[in-house]
Amino acid sequence: MTITVNGEKTSHEVEDRTLLVHHLRDVVGLTATNIGCDTSTCGSCTVLVNGESVKSCTVLAAQVDGDEVETLEGLAGDGGEMDAVQNAFQQKHALQCGFCTPGMVMAATSLLRENPDPTEEQVRMALKGNLCRCTGYHNIVQAILSAAEGIR
Amino acid sequence: MSILGTRVVRTEDPRLLTAGAIYLEDLRLPELQGAAYATFVRSPMAHARITEIDVSAALAEPGVVAVLTARDLDDIPDQSGAAGAEPLLAVDVVRFAGEPVAIVLTEESYQGEDAAELVSVDYEELPAVIGVQQGLSDETLLFPGSDSNVVGKGGAESFDDAAFAGCEVVVERTIVNQRVAAAPLEVRAAAARWAEDRLTLWVSTQNVHGVRDQTAGRLGLDPGAVRVVAPDVGGGFGAKIGADRETIVVGWAARRLGRPVRWVETRNENLMGMSHGRAQRHTVTIGGSRDGRVAAYRLDIVQDCGAYIRLGTMLPNLTMLMAGGVYDLPRIETAYRAVLTNTTPIGAYRGAGRPEATAAIERAMDLFAAEIGMDPTEVRRVNFVAPDKFPFTTKTGATYDTGEYAKALDTVLEAAGYEELRAEQRRRRERGDPLQLGIGVSTYVEITGGGPEAGETARLSVHDDGTVTVWTGSSPHGQGHATAWAMLVQDELGIPMDRVTVRHGDTDVLKEGVGTFGSRSLQLGGTAVHNAAVEVKERARELAADEMEADPADLVLDVESGTWTVRGVPGQGVSWARLAERAGPDGLSADTKFATNQATFPFGAHVAVVEVDLETGRPRLVRHVTVDDAGPVLNPILAEGQRHGGIAQGAAQALYEEVAYDEYGNPVTATLMDYTFITAAELPSFELVAMETPTSANPLGVKGIGEAGTIGSTPAVQSAVVDALAHLGIRHIDMPATPERVWTAINEARTAQ
Ligand code: FES
Ligand code: FES
Repeated sequence: MTITVNGEKTSHEVEDRTLLVHHLRDVVGLTATNIGCDTSTCGSCTVLVNGESVKSCTVLAAQVDGDEVETLEGLAGDGGEMDAVQNAFQQKHALQCGFCTPGMVMAATSLLRENPDPTEEQVRMALKGNLCRCTGYHNIVQAILSAAEGIR
Repeated sequence: MSILGTRVVRTEDPRLLTAGAIYLEDLRLPELQGAAYATFVRSPMAHARITEIDVSAALAEPGVVAVLTARDLDDIPDQSGAAGAEPLLAVDVVRFAGEPVAIVLTEESYQGEDAAELVSVDYEELPAVIGVQQGLSDETLLFPGSDSNVVGKGGAESFDDAAFAGCEVVVERTIVNQRVAAAPLEVRAAAARWAEDRLTLWVSTQNVHGVRDQTAGRLGLDPGAVRVVAPDVGGGFGAKIGADRETIVVGWAARRLGRPVRWVETRNENLMGMSHGRAQRHTVTIGGSRDGRVAAYRLDIVQDCGAYIRLGTMLPNLTMLMAGGVYDLPRIETAYRAVLTNTTPIGAYRGAGRPEATAAIERAMDLFAAEIGMDPTEVRRVNFVAPDKFPFTTKTGATYDTGEYAKALDTVLEAAGYEELRAEQRRRRERGDPLQLGIGVSTYVEITGGGPEAGETARLSVHDDGTVTVWTGSSPHGQGHATAWAMLVQDELGIPMDRVTVRHGDTDVLKEGVGTFGSRSLQLGGTAVHNAAVEVKERARELAADEMEADPADLVLDVESGTWTVRGVPGQGVSWARLAERAGPDGLSADTKFATNQATFPFGAHVAVVEVDLETGRPRLVRHVTVDDAGPVLNPILAEGQRHGGIAQGAAQALYEEVAYDEYGNPVTATLMDYTFITAAELPSFELVAMETPTSANPLGVKGIGEAGTIGSTPAVQSAVVDALAHLGIRHIDMPATPERVWTAINEARTAQ
């Protein structure tokens, strides 16, 4: 199968049962995308497939053949400069241990592409599938609202 | 201007935000090449005798390298042990669902699950002991040969009923502080490799040194033969404090196999195997006079230990110590019994013993207030330890350093607009609004950085390129040590924090250390770093004096520019780089250990506002306002982050989370779908008010902040739910206040009316 990951085409043989998250981590070698559960509940594994946010632990690698996948590693610019969402996460201290962070940032990215002007309520609802045990969500919500402001 | 106290964004973050952290499962080290993958076979039963284990079918599977059971642990000391001692793999009897029985090692990670299914274990079911009531009955004993499931007792031998004889009002109630899961987002994981008779163990842990010593102890090795490394750690919350049995088995299996071994559990295993927290039943008795003065308080604790003693007897001791809370009570009686049950063992979880103490006394205060018809804030005010009484030694033997309890309460009430909230509550009651308002108030004191001779280590070196490396024994998992420690260095040495590298989590690099738990880091680890900087500064003064041919007493460090000059002599100064070069390799270094017997006692007050839907029983937290006073704040961003996280976890315990078992001991909350983790959608933004009362227990004047949010928020949120229903005559609802439980309480109250 062939997928484009963060703008780069990659081709590999995959087993039918390989999950996208394992493919990204173990075959493509991008380990920012994390696994936090086995019931598709935590959102740590969130990536974008053709621009839509998906939980990469619920998708088989073979299912995304020919698609565009974006992970955390692809967001920063070539010089490593962080994008608006990443920046806002740092400025607002929206991460502690950082385990949920790649998934949170991807979920936030997808939300802001769809709705560049969300209310606090909308941000909170959009994050329902992404669990964080460290931050109490307060700063994550603030970061996303401030990123939205910056992007607009 | 000093950098301390300013809002510095974390230096850790750019790496985590662009490439992601390197957690255990992300390690791609050459040393781990060719590692076998470990999968544990776990007991599906809560209590059973193992009659046979047949591994032949599993061994025949493709990719299976070995299947090992307790029988194979013949090369390590003592596997039997006393009542409550936890074996590495189950020996003859399993005592909780999820207990590891065998370890399967495979070439590929996917193969492990398949092969584990094929290990056939014959179990002869034994009656399961579920809940402390059954445990106390001793009808079924977890450890045959012992005469009771009670494995620990402390406090009063018996209670003295005369204590309440003179009271106008006495209230008694049994309150459940339910079992919850720490559930860090990164589950437990380890990797092991043996080379030249030494074990290197990579572990997702809060304290590498503790894991080193415990692992060495269990495997019968010299601690020097074990190196423990923690890469980035995805949360711990107390549950990653020690060396879990699985970690030790992974280390042992790597030796047995002669090749590296990697292990990462599933979330399902995590919810069954990682220590749970809380799990105490309290019977509180509180008595006093109608003017609000409490004369006596009794706390009778039953701790559910689960199947083995991890920290199950330490927690109730802490709960007893902190039983009296922020109150100046003439008489306090406490006692505990710790009892084994066929459930997951109990360990530390954010606050470990203190949230339980606070929940009990705060509910007791509310019950007392309701009984005498006084506002809950008034009852508290009447009983607070007055500010002029510090240091204050409680009836349970804790010596509180400093406190301003009434000020904390007044500040938070004002910020919350307490009077207006009460007025709004009255309006809703008068108009029979289906959405009732509840206001919960809690005041708390906790103990941080305690324990006999609690200490932490640091090493600091200035290099000849003018950069600094700090090694700390305090091994963080999201608290932001790299930023905080660099700020301390900049403040003392004038070397900008971007030239400071903080290293942690490797027992070979810093041989002694304690770790990150119990809100101890800044006051102990931070002080060790500060002291190391002071030491280095004094050495630098001598060197600079030599260099400039001046009296050391005349040398001044300009912290703005990071250069040394001679007082009154303008012009050329000498830089840190020059001094380090002069000192030679390691010449400008200091090793420190800061240790103290003096714990600190942070305190605060929380106001929670909930709306309860009378039709459905659904409570919703709509506001949460707090004062959490942990002394001077090094970096408000970090402190606020700790408070936020704590508030959310406390609110989660009050409203949603509970680890539950059916009567056979099957866990019914073993996935994140069933274990109701709190999400962004259930929480409001928090309102934090600052207050700083320094301590004299360390030179920085600081106390711990990591657990404060949890300790304060749990009873505030629980009380708010009860308060919303107070007009129906409801006085108490156990946690978690689920819609079902609240609805039942409403229904019962209405039928009774
Ligand atoms: S790992 Fe995909 S949702 Fe949890
Ligand atoms: S930052 Fe630790 S889980 Fe979100």
